[in-house]
Amino acid sequence: MKSTIPWLIAAVAGSVVIAAYFIPAAQSWQDAIGQWFEVLAAVAFILGGANLCLQNLQKISARQAGWGYAAVTLVSFVVTLGVGLLKIGVPVEDPQHPWAGSYQAEGSAEWWLFEYAYNPLVATMFALLAFYVASAAFRAFRLKNAEATLLLLTAFVVLLGRTYAGTVLTAQVPDEYSAFSIPGLTTIIMGVFNTAGQRAIMIGIALGVAATSLKVLLGINRSYLGSGDG
Amino acid sequence: MNREKRIWGILFVLAGCFLLYRAMLTRDGMGKVYLKPAAAAVADAPPSYVRARPDDPQAALSLPRTLGIWFAAFLTLSIFSFLYKDNPFYRFAEAVMVGVSAAYLMVAGFWDGIVPKLLGRLAPAQMSWASPSLENQSPDWWGLVPLVMSAMLLARLLPRGGWIARWPLAFIVGTYAGIRLISFLDADFVSQIRNTIVPLVVMNQAGQLDLWGSVRNVLMIVGVLSSLAYFYFSLDHKGAYGVVARVGVWYLMITFGASFAFTVMGRIALFASRLEFLFDDWLWLIDPLGKRSDLL
Amino acid sequence: MGWLRRLDRRWIFLSMLLAVAIPQLTQARVPEKPTPLVMAVFDKIESLPDGSLVLISFDYGPSAQGELAPMATALMRHCCLKRHKLVLMTLWPDGKPLVERAINQVLVDEFADFGFKYGVDYVNLGYKPGKEVVIKTIANSFRTEFPTDDGDRKLDDLPLTADLTSLADMDLLVSISAGFPGLKEWVQYASSPLKIPLAVGATAVQAPQAYPYIPGQLLGILAAIKGAAEYEVALGEVYPKYSEPKMQDGVRRMAPQLWAHLLIIGLIVLGNIAAFSERFERPRP
Repeated sequence: MKSTIPWLIAAVAGSVVIAAYFIPAAQSWQDAIGQWFEVLAAVAFILGGANLCLQNLQKISARQAGWGYAAVTLVSFVVTLGVGLLKIGVPVEDPQHPWAGSYQAEGSAEWWLFEYAYNPLVATMFALLAFYVASAAFRAFRLKNAEATLLLLTAFVVLLGRTYAGTVLTAQVPDEYSAFSIPGLTTIIMGVFNTAGQRAIMIGIALGVAATSLKVLLGINRSYLGSGDG
Repeated sequence: MNREKRIWGILFVLAGCFLLYRAMLTRDGMGKVYLKPAAAAVADAPPSYVRARPDDPQAALSLPRTLGIWFAAFLTLSIFSFLYKDNPFYRFAEAVMVGVSAAYLMVAGFWDGIVPKLLGRLAPAQMSWASPSLENQSPDWWGLVPLVMSAMLLARLLPRGGWIARWPLAFIVGTYAGIRLISFLDADFVSQIRNTIVPLVVMNQAGQLDLWGSVRNVLMIVGVLSSLAYFYFSLDHKGAYGVVARVGVWYLMITFGASFAFTVMGRIALFASRLEFLFDDWLWLIDPLGKRSDLL
Repeated sequence: MGWLRRLDRRWIFLSMLLAVAIPQLTQARVPEKPTPLVMAVFDKIESLPDGSLVLISFDYGPSAQGELAPMATALMRHCCLKRHKLVLMTLWPDGKPLVERAINQVLVDEFADFGFKYGVDYVNLGYKPGKEVVIKTIANSFRTEFPTDDGDRKLDDLPLTADLTSLADMDLLVSISAGFPGLKEWVQYASSPLKIPLAVGATAVQAPQAYPYIPGQLLGILAAIKGAAEYEVALGEVYPKYSEPKMQDGVRRMAPQLWAHLLIIGLIVLGNIAAFSERFERPRP
């Protein structure tokens, strides 16, 4: 019972969406399902935030290793949540509706936190990867066999071809043979070889997604419900 | 004090002296933000501000944004400090990132999702304080469905009864399965096969053989078919089929090589933009956008 | 060669820092030439009749801003120069402030002389949760998804959107995309089923995956920071004001890119030399 009703819910929701593709009259049902889905997507953010809060509270109360950083997380969380929900510092456009402004209007506290905390932190965290890619390039890429050599040679051509270095290195190649210059080879690699490889991967994934979706809708795959009784 | 700590101590003092020099002793200083009023986009809107050059007669120093630049620079350097080794500054910045990002998403989910799509639908008159466009609208009782499902989803937080959350979870998974089944088959399967059905011999407009166009199409078709052959594991990759699958592997290696090169490119671009923030917005060592001078 | 094999990775990090920092501090510039895939996007925006309706979706957050913000700026500038009407939105919660920043920078500040009016020349729909479901819904009905804009103004009350019903009303869709949801979903739920022209700007990581959609489902692609640089050059060739260095964020970032790419190639070669030397130096059993 605990897995039959969820399966029926999944099957009905999915079938309505599929039906809407073929039957225009069913599109309003699909729109309704879409709206409910979006509410749940928003609630998922709340669920995630609440989970993070609970975990960090547990860490602090148990005085686990690094509980000080858990406290920093919690304080950052509470402050950002508080100023965002209360719309602190949001300019009032309509005195009749002082709460109507956007929660992250420029100049508001939430905007400040986004601009000067969230933005630099997230951007820098991703920027760190440039260094690790460099380190990996030195330590991991080895010409072990023909396949690895092909991969690396392609990478060299594309790395050069996507900068001015490629143009300079093959500046002497006549225009009628420009396809054999490094930028020309890069275009061929991306437009022919990469396209062919990516297309094959794409077709494979599409078949996989379609098969998984069918399994979910037919109730063959119920693993998303988790283990346990059912 | 060991040698490493001594070196770092000296480096920190030198960096501090440099910052003090830049901030106090140079003509323009560093890390300041000036604003000026912007032309209003909407009539009767409250005044908005845009970045201004320090020498603009309308410009005024913005203390919150100036502090923000320094705070952002501190967080940026704290994250980069992990490259040397794990340290409390990095841990602090990481903890702030987790807290701020989770809360930011929650706030976005509340004001952009739950208020207009749930509360505003069920009780428009009561929610018009936050969303005046809801005034004079009548309730939509279908909103009770997502309300109940939301409550069930939040039951995951309870010590017992988490299984109740399976119902909304099933709804999410079922909806995804439905929309993806069709879209993947349409855009990523049928359309990709259609895109691959191209003439093997290409003629140009003058009716002559377009050699490069023909080679290109042949290479494309061979590549797609051989790569697909490689992914088909129900047949042993032996004999002629093995040769085809091997050609597929070469295509895939070229594909991965190109992806690696692109990934490198992307990561460097992100790093360059952070460095530009430090050099331009904070240290004022460069001014590529002409924000402070007419050097360009 | 033992020192090479034992090289502390922090020397590699330092070399990467120098490879990017020195070209930035010296303000080095390298020439760029637009490639056909970028020109396909440029030519489409250029050839649309003035005042066409263009939807730009900012499907990225701060994590990809370094790559994608220059693209967004260049595309918006081009649309403004052609006086196209802009409908702006985002599928990413942290993309919302980036939409506002682009509006302030381009529409309000740079194009102040053009007198663009909110609701007449451009509209910001903001963010709605739901990822690709948002695209699927607006493919059918804008009002269902966005009864109001980001500032809670009813779409019916804004001249630009009063007659807007669905995505099919758009002359061009543009997704500036860093991942999921992004260009793939715009192809799957908008350009493929509705046959609306779609142009994309993509991060370097995502760009190679978009090539199979060209030309049937995508008319062109601005791939990574180089795509942005090429677009800026194309814009500068037609509108000379935009060939000024300060108008070319993407071009400026290509000089550090050049040196960092050379460093990566050098590191791969050095790494292989170290590995080969180990093989030769190892005593044979």
